[in-house]
Amino acid sequence: MKQLVKGNIALCEGAIAAGCKAYFGYPITPQNEVPAHMSKRMVELGRVFLQAESELAAVNMVLGASAAGYRAMTSSSSPGISLKQEGISYLAGMELPAVIANIQRGGPGLGNIAGSQADYFQAVKGGGHGDYRMIVLAPYSVQEMYDHAYLAFELADKYRNPVMLLTDGVVGQMMEPIEARAGNLDAEKKYFNKDWVLDGCAGRKPRLLRSLLMAEGDLEKHNRELEKKYKSMSSDEVRFESLETDDAEIVVVAYGISARVAKTAVKKARQEGIKAGLIRPVTLWPFPSKTINENARSGRKFLVAEMNLGQMVEDVKLAVSGRCPVEFLGRPGGGLVNEQEIFENIQAMKG
Amino acid sequence: MKDKVIIAGFGGQGVLLAGMVLAQTALEEGLQTTWFPAYGAEMRGGSANSTVVISDEEIGSPVAVAASVIIAMSDQGLGRFLPRAEQNAVVIVNSSLIKNRPEKDGVEFIFVPASDMADTKIGDVRMANLIMIGAYVKKRKELSLESAKKACAKAFPGKPKILEMNMKALELGFNYAK
Amino acid sequence: MEAREKELRKVYGKPEALTSTPHLYCPGCGHGIIHRLVAEAIDELGVRERTIGIAPVGCAVFAYDYFNVDVSEAPHGRPPAVATGIKRVSPEKIVFTYQGDGDLAAIGTAETVHAANRGENITVIFVNNANYGMTGGQMAPTTIIGQKTTTTPFGREAKRDGYPIKVCELLSSLEGVSYLERVAVNNPKNVIKAKKAIKKAFENQVAEKGFSLVEVLSQCPVDWGMTPKDAIKWVEETMMKVFPLGVYKDKGSI
Repeated sequence: MKQLVKGNIALCEGAIAAGCKAYFGYPITPQNEVPAHMSKRMVELGRVFLQAESELAAVNMVLGASAAGYRAMTSSSSPGISLKQEGISYLAGMELPAVIANIQRGGPGLGNIAGSQADYFQAVKGGGHGDYRMIVLAPYSVQEMYDHAYLAFELADKYRNPVMLLTDGVVGQMMEPIEARAGNLDAEKKYFNKDWVLDGCAGRKPRLLRSLLMAEGDLEKHNRELEKKYKSMSSDEVRFESLETDDAEIVVVAYGISARVAKTAVKKARQEGIKAGLIRPVTLWPFPSKTINENARSGRKFLVAEMNLGQMVEDVKLAVSGRCPVEFLGRPGGGLVNEQEIFENIQAMKG
Repeated sequence: MKDKVIIAGFGGQGVLLAGMVLAQTALEEGLQTTWFPAYGAEMRGGSANSTVVISDEEIGSPVAVAASVIIAMSDQGLGRFLPRAEQNAVVIVNSSLIKNRPEKDGVEFIFVPASDMADTKIGDVRMANLIMIGAYVKKRKELSLESAKKACAKAFPGKPKILEMNMKALELGFNYAK
Repeated sequence: MEAREKELRKVYGKPEALTSTPHLYCPGCGHGIIHRLVAEAIDELGVRERTIGIAPVGCAVFAYDYFNVDVSEAPHGRPPAVATGIKRVSPEKIVFTYQGDGDLAAIGTAETVHAANRGENITVIFVNNANYGMTGGQMAPTTIIGQKTTTTPFGREAKRDGYPIKVCELLSSLEGVSYLERVAVNNPKNVIKAKKAIKKAFENQVAEKGFSLVEVLSQCPVDWGMTPKDAIKWVEETMMKVFPLGVYKDKGSI
């Protein structure tokens, strides 16, 4: 039988099932269940839990654990994720796998503790410095909190790159029945032939993990290598869900909690005889631009619903390339988009 | 079937727990369900509420702008959420603590003296929350007392005494409602 | 027949824990000596093949070119956090950080204090040369009152810039700390003392005694605008007055 589980707890259990060896965190609402649950479970499992002195320290502890070859994770909410940007940039530059979860809350600044989607730009456009990319997964249910946590570790190891889980306070705080799908991997196991790990130079030459490349041309070469990796991520790792888009006249694009709400609105529109459909990006980077582009056929209209002042809508517009009108429905500052609002917008667009 | 249930009261009345038992009851019946708490600053001292959505179809938002059921444990809870009651909503009122008789067109009010019943019949006023849940379960043919009891058992593992009191509360509420 | 030639005996050489890469440190800089002392300690304890070093941001940013062990870079000030991450998942490794005063006592103060307070079983080599050397000699948290730097052209003034931070004194009140000693590399006698302190800081880790830090007063003639000889004199006559040498904490000896 399925179990009734809170989103933040499902995130922990998915990570544990993926063999997460170390968790480093810091308290902030609405993700406090994550360090609290990990402090118990990781210790029970003989793995590492540590409450760090700051988000900066936490992400750098993840960097260390990853450099030593183990699966490691940190989590926070928006203001804390801003602090982690330093570490994310270094993880990308040093090519270290890591999982970072952002249970978004309202901003800017201290904002509030309600669910929000205002950190889209920060997550997908590179909130840290330098030319880097990371896969951003956007779970929209408690089940996906579990599944994506597991998947995030696989992708991080596969590409030697940080992976972010971008969700929000609503998905983090809600309970829903889930199934623990993935098997429990052995945390001691080293994943994907990690021939770069720092574990002492016994019987081999010393290894070095760095992002500093001062010799002329070295950094450009490194960035070109990273580019190759980012290109293969963007061709192989795009994930999305689409609903009734074949004959849709109005295509709603939404992710995370907004996509759940949009799904209900689209179903209601269909019941009312309006040809509406939904595209839900599951990876926000790489973005399902190709699918959106293929859906941008003449006579169609797009509606983007987000809990911010308009962020993903820019990527939708890029993908649509001016072929269809793109309208925007946003709720900033921790406001939750509701079914009726989306439905009314669909109705109005139908004309 | 789709119910959007808001359980509202003040901190210490067990409105979050009542919501969890209700969501688990729905799960025992094979229905879809979500539970969502008011979290953070609101949890301390003042008002507390949780939202449970129960449906036989996939659930969109776990947050209810409009409610089909309101379980009001306190005056403040009722005052805050009654304006959100939909047409034909069921509003279950803890009449031990809510002394005035609220009115609203198109709404069915059920008055349950839950705090008094908990105090006199179980000896613990904190059991009022599951008395209210018992009354709600009675109103919905999709939900059964057996499922509610199974859900309750999962909420209090290894605490047989507390479980027994909560089971009794469910029964009391179930039998009180018509 | 007895062999007539005397047997060749090696009396001095490069430690195995150092690479053959020539140092790029300035003439008269203390880093080269300190690197060697760290390498000797690692060799003598026989832990080179299980040692992981953390290079800082600062003059020692290229430490990975000189130490013949596994090394990770860390963002500015974060070596104690990175070391914590490594040590917690691999407690059998010997993990050390090599940090300057800006890295350890300005941008990384929180990481330093909390790693110390947790009693992380790591070794910290803290090089105090009273200024930011790599970026051209700006004021450091350990710049002394009146000292001229590129950002205190009229001399450090307490009212505006605050006071030099005394790291050993500061950390000595923390229960998690096992061993703190301040040493210098201004003359052979002190170099030998510094070697003993550094070796002890590594031994403590092998013996799982917890957080050990050795602060090394180091000369920075180029950024101080002095000859190497004058720089040594300045360490002796000026720095040591503000930063007295000695053991500030030694839990293991209690």
